[in-house]
Amino acid sequence: MYKPTKIIIALVIFLAIVTFPIWSSIGSDSVSPDVEISLDTPAINALGDDASCIYDTDYMRANHMKVLSEWKVEVVRNGNRMIVTEDGREYLASLENTCFECHSNYEDFCLKCHEYSNVDPSCWECHLEPVTDSNVSEEV
Amino acid sequence: MEKMSRRKFLKLGTLCAAGVSAAAIGASSVASAATTATTGTYQKNVKRLKGTAMGMVIDMREIDSEKIAELQKVCHAFHNVPNVPNEKDEVKWIWAEKYVNLFAGETTERLAEKFADKDFVALCNHCESPVCVRVCPTKATFTNDQGIVLMDMHRCIGCRNCMAACPYGARSFNFVNPRDYLDEVNYAYPTRMKGVVEKCNFCAERVAVGQLPLCVEAAGGAISFGDLNDPESKVSKLIAENFTLQRKINLGTKPKVYYII
Repeated sequence: MYKPTKIIIALVIFLAIVTFPIWSSIGSDSVSPDVEISLDTPAINALGDDASCIYDTDYMRANHMKVLSEWKVEVVRNGNRMIVTEDGREYLASLENTCFECHSNYEDFCLKCHEYSNVDPSCWECHLEPVTDSNVSEEV
Repeated sequence: MEKMSRRKFLKLGTLCAAGVSAAAIGASSVASAATTATTGTYQKNVKRLKGTAMGMVIDMREIDSEKIAELQKVCHAFHNVPNVPNEKDEVKWIWAEKYVNLFAGETTERLAEKFADKDFVALCNHCESPVCVRVCPTKATFTNDQGIVLMDMHRCIGCRNCMAACPYGARSFNFVNPRDYLDEVNYAYPTRMKGVVEKCNFCAERVAVGQLPLCVEAAGGAISFGDLNDPESKVSKLIAENFTLQRKINLGTKPKVYYII
């Protein structure tokens, strides 16, 4: 009952179907998400061309959750509330008091990507999303 | 096609398995190298208040009921402590307490009226041997390097062991969603969620940048804050010069809040 030709053809077809999600996206534009996030906030506009995040954009886009998770441990448990970047910039490691000073547009920034990638971070159960007309507008 | 012998098949199979696992190990080590992410160093603020056993001396001769209400208002407003009307569900960080409750077991049978009727300030004692820290199963509550007993809200599972353990009633459980009971929201400080325990944090976020706790500032000199291990600190001097009381000292929790009656 050993029929190698049929078995090999069936195997190839099977593998092709199983790996469809991988090879179908090669070379197509659909890998980059169709999400437009907004950097149009008063604080970022005030910085002008010098505007830069704590780390560079690509790194933050992929790793902001790891950065925040690390801050959580360093600030709460180790009491290290300052982060000094490699090029010597100092920041207060705080979601409310540092991140949201610039990114005061929760709906058009955080939420856009989170909705696209279907994640529901539990951060917002305690941490308050910025409200533009109260806390942030005073800072600018 | 030539038939493969069992021996040859097993040899080939083992080789394939070895190759696949080697690739997997290589891939996972690359992946784990990528997860140790951040570039930068963490530091403490140079201005932070120095000390290894932060404590408080409350001069009750200068504090009345109105003052306590004011202290509570300042503290609760900043820390987004909800104002839940139902007493069973209430959340409090600093509150008014009668002498007989504050110093239970240490009072006299014929306590003078001016003490019996007076409202006293009560808050977390930030004990040097905190029972709450010992009983917490997740280490959500812990003592920091300044002797301040803190809550890591990210870790609290709401088991309430700490509430059962604390002899001072300093801890409150969020039976309801606290956001529904905030009169005004302070966007500089997070809220809590339903199902976690909370308490006074000695304003650790202010101490870390060199500011005194809010109640100390609001009390206008009636409450002092500092390092009990430093004999030159204001709190140490006040304790050396005055008759002071600690709450339920016989329990061995070593509370760090001292009262001048």
